Amino acid sequence: MKQNDITSNYKYVHQPVQKKDAMALVTGQAVYVNDIASKESLIVKVLRSPHAHALIQKIQTESAKKIPGIACVLTYEDVPQKRFTMAGQTYPEPSPYDRLILDSRVRFVGDAVAIVAGSNEKAVDKALAKIKVKYKVLEPLLDFRNAKDHTILVHPEDNWRSLSQVGADNKRNLCASDSDGMGDVDEVLANCKYVVEETYHTLANQQAMMETFRTYTYLDAYGRLNVVSSTQVPFHVRRILANALDISKSKIRVSKPRIGGGFGAKQTVVAEVYPAIVTWITGKPAKMLYSRYESQICSSPRHEMEIKVRVGADEDGVIKGVDMYTLSNTGAFGEHGPTTVGLSGHKAISLYGKLEAYRFDYDVVYTNVMSAGAYRGYGATQGIFALESAVNELADKMHMDPVKLREQNMVREGQIMPSYYGERTNSCALDRCLTRAKEMMNWDEKFPRKKMENGKVRGVGIAMAMQGSGISNVDVGSVTIKLNDEGFYSLSLGAADMGTGCDTILAQIAAEELECPLENIAVKGVDTDVSPYDSGSYASSTTYITGQAVIKACVKLKNQMMEFGADKLGLSVEQVSIDGKCVYNEDNPEEYITISDISYAAECGCNTAMQVTASHSSPVSPPPYMVGMAEVEVDCETGQVELLDYVAVVDCGTTINPNLTRVQTEGGLVQGIGMALYENIQYTEAGQMMNNSFMQYKLPTRQDIGKIRVEFEESYEATGPYGAKSIGEIVINTPSPAIADAVYRATGLRFRELPITAEKIAMGLLEKA
Amino acid sequence: MLIKMWLNGEPIRDHMDADMLLLDFVRRHGALSVKRGCETANCGLCTVLLEGKPVLSCSILAAKAEGKHVVTLEGVQKEAEEFGTFLANQGAEQCGFCNPGFIMNILAMEKELKDPTEEEINEYLAGNLCRCSGFVGQLRSIQAYLKHKQEVRAHEAE
Ligand code: FES
Ligand code: FES
Repeated sequence: MKQNDITSNYKYVHQPVQKKDAMALVTGQAVYVNDIASKESLIVKVLRSPHAHALIQKIQTESAKKIPGIACVLTYEDVPQKRFTMAGQTYPEPSPYDRLILDSRVRFVGDAVAIVAGSNEKAVDKALAKIKVKYKVLEPLLDFRNAKDHTILVHPEDNWRSLSQVGADNKRNLCASDSDGMGDVDEVLANCKYVVEETYHTLANQQAMMETFRTYTYLDAYGRLNVVSSTQVPFHVRRILANALDISKSKIRVSKPRIGGGFGAKQTVVAEVYPAIVTWITGKPAKMLYSRYESQICSSPRHEMEIKVRVGADEDGVIKGVDMYTLSNTGAFGEHGPTTVGLSGHKAISLYGKLEAYRFDYDVVYTNVMSAGAYRGYGATQGIFALESAVNELADKMHMDPVKLREQNMVREGQIMPSYYGERTNSCALDRCLTRAKEMMNWDEKFPRKKMENGKVRGVGIAMAMQGSGISNVDVGSVTIKLNDEGFYSLSLGAADMGTGCDTILAQIAAEELECPLENIAVKGVDTDVSPYDSGSYASSTTYITGQAVIKACVKLKNQMMEFGADKLGLSVEQVSIDGKCVYNEDNPEEYITISDISYAAECGCNTAMQVTASHSSPVSPPPYMVGMAEVEVDCETGQVELLDYVAVVDCGTTINPNLTRVQTEGGLVQGIGMALYENIQYTEAGQMMNNSFMQYKLPTRQDIGKIRVEFEESYEATGPYGAKSIGEIVINTPSPAIADAVYRATGLRFRELPITAEKIAMGLLEKA
Repeated sequence: MLIKMWLNGEPIRDHMDADMLLLDFVRRHGALSVKRGCETANCGLCTVLLEGKPVLSCSILAAKAEGKHVVTLEGVQKEAEEFGTFLANQGAEQCGFCNPGFIMNILAMEKELKDPTEEEINEYLAGNLCRCSGFVGQLRSIQAYLKHKQEVRAHEAE
């Protein structure tokens, strides 16, 4: 269905309105955690383990405590011994309870050993240097390929717990394990004329949001712990901190100010526990600001995955079977381990609509490196790199254009997707995305390569991608909408805007529903004492899930205003209608009461609150779809790759705010380009992560990206607000496989491991010559 | 040590440790727009103007500003709003955390380069990282802003 006809009548939805907080941000107002933290806050820092695996035998803190200005020095002896997870997920969390705030066993280089808080940074630094730790150094388990059933156990402790059935077993180093499938994939593949069988490897990339992890805590007049945090999941933070501190949930209030980027990193409670326990013990305000170094070495990056793929097609080019095995490295702790891995199969395999059989098995293992977590794409990114690369290899093997192979096999609207929980795709413009991308790239002209006069070679590559829109039957979005004086509304949100603009997007939906100017919607989020419950901003859920909650709440409030207005007019509710300005008699529009008058009337001798809270959860998670195409130019002498052009065509349903949707896409693409070409993670043999600053971990700059062109092919998703699906995550998924194939087309070198650095290409070219 | 400087036009006298960074000093004096994104002079978030020239305040001692003029986004609110409107019209301000340093550098670029090409813009601002926007929307806003300024100048010349 073409959407232009439907969407052209909207006033606020589908419009590129400015973000409500835009002017505060561009003029540099003090709106982030460290801008609003009290100047009296204790500075909190953490002493970090130099060993990848060790037991703390003795830890001396006396001389550290004596330094003037030091408020407390905490070790594992001072913290609760109940395990918890830092993963911001709906209870009961799939992630195992395997953490303590401080533990006598350290499990990676950078693991927390002691917490120091003091009135100034210099004193804290001095105290950190004075702490003496005697370690019993143990052999670390660093190779995730050998971790399962290894004699070294990362979590031998008996109070390790898994709350959900995810196949976890700490005595086998397993954080999760499962298998899923349809049909006899071995037989189907045996009958395929063409089969590709390869292994792909992606690394533990850092989200690298510009604002590092940070939290400010204080006790209020009621003795409750107030937590102001840069988080995507305020409600989960409340539960997790209560678990970590072993105190009642009622003792904690969490709020979030403006957030300097998250990308999933802040779906894990990385920094919060440290100032929280300091404030709880000392009674004093405290703040923890992660350094960039800490954000690199002890945070919650993408899960490193090694994915074995078998994919086969018959002689007509019908892809009939896919077999995937994902080995995921969750590192020292299991945050998001059991859940990210599932997407590596489900959100890759489901791109293909003609499969007769598939199999998807996985193991998620513990090792002695930094814990992994949630990063935009959440496993789908890794799986799509593997499967889309394999499909590109398959096309090559068949001497077929990879675009054509996809045209023949891609999932289409109306199809049931067996590998996607049996859901039907009711909105899918993937075919239109492909056609348009092909046009934009001028694919037929450029495929597969072109030798340039300067000796360089150009190549093009393609990938498709999908994601979900929220977690079906799990995610809950809620909003409260309230009518105020003069008829303006306040929209109270539990969803966390982390820079993406969801406060504005949700206000656009409310303004559309209530037919009022956007300025009449005052947005407020998030304070766990006041805001209605929301799972948080992750899993590409906010627009799709919370957006529907906004519609529900507005519809209810309108009904309430109609009842109230009808009563004032002496009419029955069936006789009246409502528009943005008033409730009026349908038969005689001259007879009306304005919304403003209703608001005042409701404030005087009235028994009805002009306020509604509504929740929404969805039984389905409709996938957005997209196609990405890359054109690269490779210098065959130096291996230097220049990304000339990246074309992306996305179907995210209706774009509620086309500007914000576009910028989400561009931002996600550039992160994907970083993953494909630059962002390297390397460990020393002792398990020390070397890419511990922006010097060693190269983010793409504005000079690295070439042309980026984004277009939308909208479908209409009936279960989403105004036809919308999600956009946040899918956009990071295509660059790695598309660029890898473009490099292959240009050079003949196939890269199955990321990033594809110039050095690797140069080495490859040298070997080939 | 005692230091005297001008911060956004206001004279400041303060006692501080000799090793205090300019970034921490200006934040202490209320210039909270100035952000830190790294410890290795790689991100550009901390960009301020020292005697009109953009510098990374994370990599320079406050003592170096003795007797000099330091300008942060707090001191150029009108300009920030003007360019910021173009940024916001693209939705490219996103999380906003990189915006202050980025905008300071744009204001510096505007003074230094006349009608910069796309390449010149990207080169001048290469040190300003942004993890949200993918840079493309930022570029659109810069180009629209420069064009607007040009038109204003042309109009004034008439
Ligand atoms: S804080 Fe990163 S360059 Fe100054
Ligand atoms: S807008 Fe978030 S880092 Fe640039």
